[in-house]
Amino acid sequence: MNNLWLIIKREYLTRVTRRSFILATLLTPLAIGLFFVVVSFIFQYDSDDSKRIAVIDEGNIFDGKIKDENNLFFKFVNTDLDVIKDNFDEMDYNGILLIPSLDDLLKKDFRVFYYSDEKLTLDIEPIIVSRIRERVRDYKIDQLQIDRQQLDALNTKIELEPKPIKAAPEETTKMAGKIAAAIGFFMGIIMYMTVFIYGMMVMRSVMEEKTSRIVEVMISSVKPFQLMLGKIIGVGAVGLTQLAIWAILIPLIVTVAGLFFGADADAMPPSAAAAGAEIDPEEAEAMLSLVIQELSQQNWWAILPLFILYFLGGYFMYSALFAAVGSAMGDDLGEGQALTIPITIPVLLAFYIMMVSVQAPNSSLAIWSSIFPLFSPIVMPARIPFDPPIWQVLLSLLLLVATALALVWLSGRIYRVGILMYGKKVGLKELGKWMFRG
Amino acid sequence: MNILQLEDVVKTYDKHVAVDKVSFNVPEGRIFGLLGPNGAGKTSLIRIITTITRADEGRVLLAGEPINSNTPTQIGYMPEERGLYKKMKVGDHLMYLAQLKGLSRKGAKTAIGDWFEKFEIGDWWGKKVEELSKGMQQKIQFIATVIHKPKLLILDEPFSGLDPINTNLIKDEIHQLQQEGVSIIFSTHRMEQVEEICEEIVLINKGKNILNGEVKAIKDQFKENRFRLDYDTELPTAISQQANIIEQGPNHLVIQLSAGEDSNSLLRYFISNGLHVTAFNEILPSLNEIFIQQVTTVEEAV
Repeated sequence: MNNLWLIIKREYLTRVTRRSFILATLLTPLAIGLFFVVVSFIFQYDSDDSKRIAVIDEGNIFDGKIKDENNLFFKFVNTDLDVIKDNFDEMDYNGILLIPSLDDLLKKDFRVFYYSDEKLTLDIEPIIVSRIRERVRDYKIDQLQIDRQQLDALNTKIELEPKPIKAAPEETTKMAGKIAAAIGFFMGIIMYMTVFIYGMMVMRSVMEEKTSRIVEVMISSVKPFQLMLGKIIGVGAVGLTQLAIWAILIPLIVTVAGLFFGADADAMPPSAAAAGAEIDPEEAEAMLSLVIQELSQQNWWAILPLFILYFLGGYFMYSALFAAVGSAMGDDLGEGQALTIPITIPVLLAFYIMMVSVQAPNSSLAIWSSIFPLFSPIVMPARIPFDPPIWQVLLSLLLLVATALALVWLSGRIYRVGILMYGKKVGLKELGKWMFRG
Repeated sequence: MNILQLEDVVKTYDKHVAVDKVSFNVPEGRIFGLLGPNGAGKTSLIRIITTITRADEGRVLLAGEPINSNTPTQIGYMPEERGLYKKMKVGDHLMYLAQLKGLSRKGAKTAIGDWFEKFEIGDWWGKKVEELSKGMQQKIQFIATVIHKPKLLILDEPFSGLDPINTNLIKDEIHQLQQEGVSIIFSTHRMEQVEEICEEIVLINKGKNILNGEVKAIKDQFKENRFRLDYDTELPTAISQQANIIEQGPNHLVIQLSAGEDSNSLLRYFISNGLHVTAFNEILPSLNEIFIQQVTTVEEAV
């Protein structure tokens, strides 16, 4: 026990004090923060390319006014199109907008012409279109003498509000499903990444010990199983440390970056602005408060401990397998890569099943995958926000713990033989044999 | 008193018998050679003694007790395939290995300090292992092996990769440890080193114990009654009737005595015939010759 503790301590401390670890742990949140700043800066970047557009309003719909904006200047002219075309170079316009008269008020399509030798760029096209659409709509309403209120009423907005049948302790809102899916997806992704990153770390470390020939010195003092277990626990603790630091730093830095380089609504790209225009600010505010309400209503006291349990189960299971594979690899990393495939396939499958499961958390695929121990560490966390039946969670946890223990034990048996095997290429069949060697 | 006793130890891998009913004893306080060609089963035997692997059959006793989970703290083992954690600092590394061998923090620190003083490497504590040369790393490896004052020291090819100066340094340390009462098993296939260092040997080939005993006794057992005579005057003319000469050099002879013939009477004959003898000694077979002879005869017998 004492030796196991010494091994864990060494594995943990040598990694945590390494410069590359400190840099990666601190720079990743900074890089993410920087990314946000750069992205919002790019979106905030206004085109400094000013354009003058001559407008020929044949039907006099616009009544001589289109708002200028963002270096886009509209100038109404009464000149004939051909005259402007002929004198285009001297008149210093970038384009000519020809708005024909609107003959049939009930016609849905309305064709407007834009004459220019320059390409119509994405930043001005939506502005021109939306300006014309708004104006044409107003014009039609006036001409057809429609009541605006009636018109608005036609555009009915449907809200589907879920209500529990049995008395629920807390109020569910219409956002519940989406928030649960988001939380589930987020947890699934973290599981997937940690299993890979830290599992690979264990594998590489086992290989290093083998190639640097320290391993035989070590196992003359400690049991191979202790060495393997100590490494798995030590690296796992490194992983938890890194995740904990990121969990604090990333939201902090993103928030701070958001405060300083605030991405306000005006700065959004035209397409997003167009989409955003349909949601009025009051509604957005209401939605935000719903999200916050929904987040605070989640049963975090169940979600977080379960997340950690599944993290531990999944991590132990897969890192033990990675350790076994690492012990069987020779000095040549490329050669042994084939041995990792049987481990990466279930992880990848679990990842894809998880993505489907957040959309249909009660499908039989989701249910059985979240019970099957090789998938459950990634799939079940994605289902937890949807309150799966308790028996499913218990069964899945039980199977996971049993499988993790069994795989750690079996990996230990492979590891014990593998670390002392030099310069021999081994296949999966041999690994299987090692498990049963006395 | 024997520090180590092996009784009919067997170890099989798949169908290959690596150790085949090997028995021998290592007397306490001796330097004991474990010899054999590559692949003879030396490393398999050592791994059984150090409890890295378990024997399929047979018993291994350390200081009279069957080996158990406490055995590693009483043994110091320097494997042939050896290395250190490259990124660790020398001091931290030794602390780690010493504590794994059961030393307390304080005890480990003092012991390391003593060895650093002895090897005059006091300023190495904060250096990273990868900054050291290969010979320097071997010194650290040696310290790590003996830091916990083991009763039994097992050295597998300890001099491979060492320059002559460091080889001598380690040799001196081995002798000093022996004087302090440590028993040492010295595993190698380099016979000249065995002759120089070991008092007793066991010769393993193809997993079997084929020769075991004191170096002097083994040499006596394999001697062929040959003597070498060095002289610097004229030989007696009737020499060929008196002695069976099998080699003649400018100023020396190699003579084969028949069984029961006394070397003193031969020497007396030369002296009484007025030959000026500068040296007269028995030619003992080198361990190397015995080794090669034994290994090849066994192979022929198979």
